Parts: sequence; structure tokens; C-alpha cells
Amino acid sequence: MSTTVIRAEVLGKLYTLGRLQANRHRTLGDALAQAGSWMLRRNGAAAKPETIWALREASFQVGAGEVVGVIGRNGAGKTTLLRILSRITEPSEGEAEIRGRVGSLLEVGTGFHPELTGRENIYLNGAILGMRRAEIDRRFDEIVAFAEVEKFLDTPVKHYSSGMYLRLAFAVAAHLEPEILLVDEVLAVGDAVFQKKCLGKMGEVASQGRTVLFVSHNMAAIRSLCGRVIQLAGGRLVADSTDVDRTVSDYLSAGLVSCASREWRREQAPGSERILLRRARIEPETIAVSTPFRIELEYWNERPATRIGISLFVYNQEGVCVFNSTTAKEPCWHGKPHPRGLFRAACAVPGNLLNAGTYSVAVKFYQGGANGVLYEHRDLLLFEVADIVEDRGEWFGRWPGVVRPNLEWATTAVTEPSAEGWQ
Amino acid sequence: MSPERTARGAPSVAGKRSASPSRRDALGAFHGEAAPVWRIRPGRGWVALGLAELWAYRELLYFLAWRDVKVRYKQTALGAAWAILQPLATMAVFSVFFGRLAKVPSDGLPYPLFTFAALVPWTLFANALGQSSNSLVGNANLIKKVYFPRLVIPIAATLGGLVDFALELAVLGGMIAVYGVEVSARAAWLAPLALLAVVTSLGAGLWLSALNVEFRDVRYVLPFLTQFWLFATPVAYPSSLLGEPWHTLYGLNPMAGVVEGFRWALLGAGTRPGPLIAVSAAAAVVMLVSGAYYFRRMERTFADRV
Repeated sequence: MSTTVIRAEVLGKLYTLGRLQANRHRTLGDALAQAGSWMLRRNGAAAKPETIWALREASFQVGAGEVVGVIGRNGAGKTTLLRILSRITEPSEGEAEIRGRVGSLLEVGTGFHPELTGRENIYLNGAILGMRRAEIDRRFDEIVAFAEVEKFLDTPVKHYSSGMYLRLAFAVAAHLEPEILLVDEVLAVGDAVFQKKCLGKMGEVASQGRTVLFVSHNMAAIRSLCGRVIQLAGGRLVADSTDVDRTVSDYLSAGLVSCASREWRREQAPGSERILLRRARIEPETIAVSTPFRIELEYWNERPATRIGISLFVYNQEGVCVFNSTTAKEPCWHGKPHPRGLFRAACAVPGNLLNAGTYSVAVKFYQGGANGVLYEHRDLLLFEVADIVEDRGEWFGRWPGVVRPNLEWATTAVTEPSAEGWQ
Repeated sequence: MSPERTARGAPSVAGKRSASPSRRDALGAFHGEAAPVWRIRPGRGWVALGLAELWAYRELLYFLAWRDVKVRYKQTALGAAWAILQPLATMAVFSVFFGRLAKVPSDGLPYPLFTFAALVPWTLFANALGQSSNSLVGNANLIKKVYFPRLVIPIAATLGGLVDFALELAVLGGMIAVYGVEVSARAAWLAPLALLAVVTSLGAGLWLSALNVEFRDVRYVLPFLTQFWLFATPVAYPSSLLGEPWHTLYGLNPMAGVVEGFRWALLGAGTRPGPLIAVSAAAAVVMLVSGAYYFRRMERTFADRV
């Protein structure tokens, strides 16, 4: 049995809403409004201030040398957990005990100052992360070599490219030597090469027998680095298992119903006087990169003889329109007079088209010929395309690119094979 | 944040799990007797100052102060000259309006020298106060992302002002030479007097920086407070205008003691301000200690509020 180095018992963190809006300072108007609504609430039934449990009743133990992945959607409480364990913020209830020196990496480059040079920032950032000066001296060359910034050591980092900046920032953090390392989603930044480097370093750290708590949305990285996974949802610990593969797949398949299916009753249906939406959904609900899927729309046409055309837009997380598709080539109904009634339109999207990520769907109903928009709905659906390990081979960083086609390759030898070249 | 205690001992999802035994060997070195144990739990009420931990983080203190100094005059045309220009300009204004026009007495000294000897420690105080009061809000990013004793931040901000102070002191030395005032061994008192100014600004800075986290009004109050404090301190006029016991009670403003002490130590003005400085030192220590405890009490919610 190994020693327990982290022991959390019914840890909880309660935030009072309003404090979450950290940087907004209160104005007199706000204060009055708040006082007003508070008095109203006092008179009414619910007298409780609006609060939210960012973390609730989290209990677990971590043994020395374990590498634990922490997964969950945004707002599930992952960062709150790390913040409590790294003593940045206090829990509202429960307690935790930690044995050993803790290094937390909630962000790369915390405290970097743009006006200072690379060299100066290494010392400053190292000190902020809790390294001693002698320790930084000792590892200085290693840090510089890892970051590949030898030539720019005496240049203020404000002149660095974003890649150089990230590499330097990560390099300092990567050379921390705590017994317990708490890492938040720091690998979500940077390009593929950077991520590969970071993940490689993480793997190295993990194999050195240090205790690591690793928060990530990168399931491939979790699968390859962690021997155990903890899943949070709505601030609660919902899974804790050493069967990483299963927990991750369960999480992926359960977690994806973001907003991939919606249905309305007629009296509440969104729309215009011409078109009312009845239903919108993505089929199937769980989509991996290679899965073909359909975007289905059901709608009521309210006016007889409307020549309806539909235009679909799919946007990625960055707001880039990945594709737009219309019913123009749909053979039965496009541009033809629709009678009043319920219709269903489905758009089939092939697999190996979209990269892994979250997408939103917008739809526009228009009248063929007259160019008039009958109804437009943005953010109609939200769905996720999951990354599956089997799809991606050995590479487990984020796959770059807006799309992710599965393309064929062919290599042939152009010159005649020479005697030395071939056996 | 009121910790809302609810039913304890709710069923925990996690059971006890252990690492794979193969990893244990590599870890041997880490788990000697010396491994520190941290207990993390909701705190309430007053807490200890944690001076030992603060000492352990002295290198961070140094680096943060060094950063402030390094960065302060970056991208300014005049650079560190600003440190000298500010008190010199104030001296010029005071000399014209108070010295010439209002004929404010100056303990028999040339008025510019009289007021500059006070402006040097005053500038140290005022800048340190301004820097430390805004330090927590200005370093919000650090506070939200990394753990370290929070006291490091206002202390580093205060200490950063010492470099400017040294420059101003050199200018003051030059002025003393120009006016031909003889400097005695009493100048050795400058060090403890400067320390008194630092303690005062840190004491006030701890209060204001912690308050600033919750009430951003501090930022707007600060300029008025500093100005009011300036005129409540014998910078433009001598404290000898007051008779006893008011003169000694004046020491309740610690900067009165500092400023009078500076004039006495460097210029030989007035009499040895013993009782005044004793009161000032006591007032400054009270401010520092109360400020530190208040800061520590508020500290636990900084990361959530800043």
C-alpha cells in the first residue's frame, strides 16, 4: 500500500452569485437594485441569496505516485477543486489534507511581465511558482533549451511570438519539481507541436513517480497518461475509477447531449407567421469524428403554396462557418409550393468531415425565387464531435485544422531502386 | 462567504484506492519525515500572521519588488528622473506659495531645503502607500492562479519604493552641500526614520489593499487621503507652530515624526523630537500590526473577490 498524499473529505465550495462577476465593481445603482430585490425576496417565499455550489461533497484519496485525470464539462468544478487543493481559495465546507510540496499549474506564464526579458521572466515566474533561486540557476540551461529561445533570452517577451512565449512559459513550469503536481487545462493552448512537447513532458513527469492531478478535456491525453480518472458533474464527484477507458467512453457518450435535440409544442414553437419549428435534432446523438450523422428539422408551414428553401450553417467554437448547405438539390420539395402542414427535412453529413470539437447549427428558411427570409434561427443546436483514440493513431495532441478528412495517400518510388538501397 | 455547514459525512463516492505498487520505489526519496502536511479547511475569525511562511517566500518578495522597480519607468522618456522630478516640482511650488507668498516659517532654514528634507521621506511614504493599496487588485491574476502568502504582494510593492527614495536622498545630499549645511553624526538616524516611514505606509497599505479588494472605492479615495495626509504632516510648515501637549500628540500621525526627525537629523532644525517620534513609532506599529491581522483575516476570500 502506498501512502495517501491527498485526502479530501466532503469538500465543497459555495459561491454567492454576483461575486462570480469578479471584476465588476459595485455601483450605487447596483447596490440599490440589490437591496431592492433583497427586500422583495424577504417578503416573498424564498429568502435565500442566490448561491451556487461550484463543488459539493467531493471525497477522495490519492496515493503517492498516482496520476489521476480529472474530467467533466465546463463548470463541473474541476478548476475549483484544483484551486482548493492548491490553497488559492478556501473551501466552504469539508477539509483536505495534503502531504508534500505542491506545485500547481493552473495557467502557463502566470506573472510573466511583457517588459521583462526572457531571462528575467524565467526567474520571476520560477519564484512565483515556488522555485528557489538556486533551483532555477541549476535548471536554467535546461529550461532555455526546452523553450528553444536561446537567441532571444535578453529580448523583452513582449516581442516574442505567441509560440515562443508559450514555450518559455511552459518550460519554466515543466521544470518545477514538486511531489504533487496539480495541472489545469494548460495544454489547450498553442499549436500541435507545442502540445506534443507539453504532453511528452507531462508523460515524463508522470513516469517519474510523482503524484499528478491532471485536468483536461483531451480524452486521448487522459487515456494515455492517467491510471485513474475522477469525473465531476455539476460540482459533484460522479465517477472515480481506475478503469480509465470505460469511464472516459461513458463520459463521452453520456455527456454529448449538449443541445443536440430540441422539441417544441405548437403553442411554444419558435418561428414566424410563415414557419414554426417543431423539432430539431442531430442523429445519432453520439458522434465521433468518423461517424456520419444527420441534421433533422421538422417544421410547420403556415401559409399554403409557399416555395420553401432551407439553408443550414454549421459553426465551430471559434465562430468560423465550417460549411453551409441548402436544399437546392433536394429533388422533391425544394422551391415547390408547399401546402400547409408538417414537413421534415434532413441533411446527411458524412463522417470524417468535421474535426473534433463543439459545433453550433443555424438555419434559415427562405422563399425560393422571391429571396425573402421566412424565418432564421441562430444557435438552434449545439453538438459535439468527439475524438476517439481509435481514429487518430499515435498522435494524441489536438488535431489541427477546421476539417478532418480521411484522405488517401499513395507513395511510389520514382527512381530505380539501386543495389545498396534495397535488400 | 459564509460557509454553509450542511449534513456532514454524506456518502463519499470515492473509496480508498492505491497506486500501482511499481511506482512506489521511485517515490521513496519524496516521503521522508520532512514532507510538509497542509490542512485545508474553511477558516473563520482571526488567524496567525504566518511569519515563518512569509520568510520562506522571501525570494518571491525580492523578485516582485525587483520587478516593480525594473518595470516602473519602462517606456518613459525621462526614466528614473521621474523619481526626482516629482518631489523637486512639489518643492518649487511649496517654496513659491508657502515660502515666498505666505511667508510660512521654516525653523530658520532656507525654505526649499526645509521642505525638500520633508518631501523626500514623504514621497517614499506616499508612493509606497499608493503602490501597496493597489497591489492586490493589480496582481489579481497571480492571486487567482498561484498560492503564496498574500502578504508578499503589498510588502513587495512597498519595498519597491526604496530605490526611488535612495535617488531622492542623493539629490537632498547635493542640496545640503550647495546650501553649506554641516551634516553631523545624527544623520545615522535616517535609517530608522526611513524604516518608520516604510512601516507607516505598509500599515496603511495593508488596510487599504485589503479593503480595495472588496470596495474599489479605495482607488478614488486614495488621492484625497494622500493629499489630506500631506497637509496633516509638517511638510510645508514646521511642527514648532504647535505648543505642547499638541506637539507630542501630533505624533499620532506617524509621518509627523518621520518628517520632523528627518529635518532634525539632517539639518539640525528644532530640538530633538524625542517624544514626538516615540508616539509616531507606537502609532505606526499599531497600524502595521492591526493592518496585518486585518489583511490575514480578509485574505481567504481574495481569490474569489479580486
